[in-house]
Amino acid sequence: MSETGVQSGEIHERGNAALADAHLQEAYKSSTLRLLNHRREAIKEVPGFERLRERGRELKREIMEHLDYYLGQFADNVEKNGGRVHWARTGEEACSIILDLARRAGASEVVKAKSMVSEEVELNHALEAGGVRPVETDLGEFILQLAGERPSHIVAPAIHKTRHDVADLFAAQLKSEHTSEPERLNQIARGALRGMFQKAGMGLSGANFAVAETGTIVLVENEGNIRFCTTAPRVHVALVGIEKLIPRFTDLGVFLRLLPRSGTGQKLTSYTSILTGPRRAGEDGPDEMHVVLLDNGRINTLASEKMREALSCIRCGACLNACPVYRKIGGHAYGWVYSGPIGALITPQLTGLAGARELPFASSLCGACRDVCPVKINIPDLLLHLRSEVQEQTPAPKPKGALVEERTAMRLWAWAMTRPFIYKLGGGLARWGQTLYAHKGWIQKVPAYPVSRWTEDRDLPALAPESFHTWWRKHETKK
Amino acid sequence: MSPRKFSAAFFITCLGDQFFPQVGASAVTVLRRLGVEVTFNPAQTCCGQPAFNTGFRDEAREVAARVLDMYQEAEYVIAPSGSCTTMVRVFYPELFADDPARLKKALELKRKFFEFSEFLVKVLKVEDVGASFPRRVAYHDSCHLLRELGIEQEPRTLLRAVRGIQLVEMKDNQLCCGFGGTFSVKFPEVSVAMGRDKLRAASDAGAEILVANDSGCLMHLAGVIHRQGLPLETMHLAELLSKKE
Repeated sequence: MSETGVQSGEIHERGNAALADAHLQEAYKSSTLRLLNHRREAIKEVPGFERLRERGRELKREIMEHLDYYLGQFADNVEKNGGRVHWARTGEEACSIILDLARRAGASEVVKAKSMVSEEVELNHALEAGGVRPVETDLGEFILQLAGERPSHIVAPAIHKTRHDVADLFAAQLKSEHTSEPERLNQIARGALRGMFQKAGMGLSGANFAVAETGTIVLVENEGNIRFCTTAPRVHVALVGIEKLIPRFTDLGVFLRLLPRSGTGQKLTSYTSILTGPRRAGEDGPDEMHVVLLDNGRINTLASEKMREALSCIRCGACLNACPVYRKIGGHAYGWVYSGPIGALITPQLTGLAGARELPFASSLCGACRDVCPVKINIPDLLLHLRSEVQEQTPAPKPKGALVEERTAMRLWAWAMTRPFIYKLGGGLARWGQTLYAHKGWIQKVPAYPVSRWTEDRDLPALAPESFHTWWRKHETKK
Repeated sequence: MSPRKFSAAFFITCLGDQFFPQVGASAVTVLRRLGVEVTFNPAQTCCGQPAFNTGFRDEAREVAARVLDMYQEAEYVIAPSGSCTTMVRVFYPELFADDPARLKKALELKRKFFEFSEFLVKVLKVEDVGASFPRRVAYHDSCHLLRELGIEQEPRTLLRAVRGIQLVEMKDNQLCCGFGGTFSVKFPEVSVAMGRDKLRAASDAGAEILVANDSGCLMHLAGVIHRQGLPLETMHLAELLSKKE
């Protein structure tokens, strides 16, 4: 069984462990770069992709600004279509609603489509605790369920695993032949899963989009398992974060061009399922369709005019692929289900600043994420904002080797920087002090933070013998 | 060269002041060669970015407020840094969004505050500064300069006009070098790993010199080069443009 809770405080340890694992480094690098290249090619074919991103951003803003209206409209339409709507304020509430639905359906197994929100609420744990067996049917999620791990990427949950890892895992867990041929591995997984679709009493999915105007759930995928999960069992339950809404059916024209191209570089995914209500007389499909609408901290995020922009995310994963930090530390370092730049924004908001205070700092703020975001979320700007919230609301532990706490150091710094005389005096004192450490213009080790951290793996140039201020005074004022 | 006489206040940046005064001296030399009247305000310290980057906005505002007041008379302000220029042009208006008087000053300063290469190409309309430097050089796009200010071609335009230079492009040339301000000491292992990738790209491109417009990136990259004993040098664009080798 995979880990639970938030381990974002371990980002340094986990990130450094990933850095030291050459195998993992290669897995992340090759997969993310491949996805980015596919994206680059796919957006070239769309004239006005920039305008499309702008439109996606506007539509999501419209949703966030009038979420109450659109939620009401969506819920009414789901019910009109013959579906049932359930409201869950927390993850626990969502789990107990779904467990209850499984029991009422008499389902001892639930086949699951890939759903990040179900990972967020730790649905599998809740189902198992309630005596219902969840079966992940997405290949990546199936691998993770066998391995007892969390997703390391939003769209490619087992991105950290190579086919050789999967070969070992399948041989050990499924007692299958040992092969690292992707085709064969697929067949093995398919063989293990096919019977489950027929047997399971309930299918669970998330939603990529929920159309307010029509009460429709839209799901994109490549494996066909989602279509199975949502149509073969007698009962279909969709667990949907309230930010997944889009206003109108025609807006799919925008989002279905943005999402697959940004996520996997596909024009469209192999399957796009558009589900409006349970089956009608004479048609195939589930007898019952339930939609569980989940808050779990989203309304709090919505309350912040600044941070609500993060709720526009359509979970394409492009920002992870583009992020040089994600590629180094890997998805698990972020300590929860959402990783990368968007995870660094979402996790502190949904799980609390205190336990995730390091996340907004786990970015060089290079902005590569913003360049690829299909809805143009200004991720670096939001990370900076979140840093200020963290510093205001959660006391920072004193950095190792620091003489004073970060806040005190910054107050002192501001005091000096607003007094040119002190600033220059400080520079002079530092020049005098550095003679203890500097050799031939370089400093290799200083025990005090932050220089101690700088000099762990790189050298620091010594302060120049004279500052520019001094140079200017000598050369310019005499003229 | 433009017939009009430009005057500009030079903003050294705190890293430049303390670690790389030759960058400032070179920038001043280049500007003067182009006929710009350069002044320097000795009351200058820092733009406030270290505090802003770490999430201490009140402290950043204190330091930034001084900068707003210091350059009211200046026609132009020029910084040899994409990052400090970003702080002033992009983040000052955000910092003072709720302070109308200072916001007005911030927006005024924003209009006349330029990064060095940007000023040369966009304001002075100069492409050839008359430098010569017969070496193989790769240009590193610092992230703030590239993504916040959109300055990508200006430095390359200036470099291409340098006599004898061989300008090479690195693979993934828009990839961050890993400096990231306080990121460099909060996540030093990741920062250095990213720096190594950048240096490998420079070596693979056959560069002898890695040039950039930000002392932060350069200090970080030079530190990795020196620790590892790599056959590469770093140089600020202003220094290179002052060369007559």
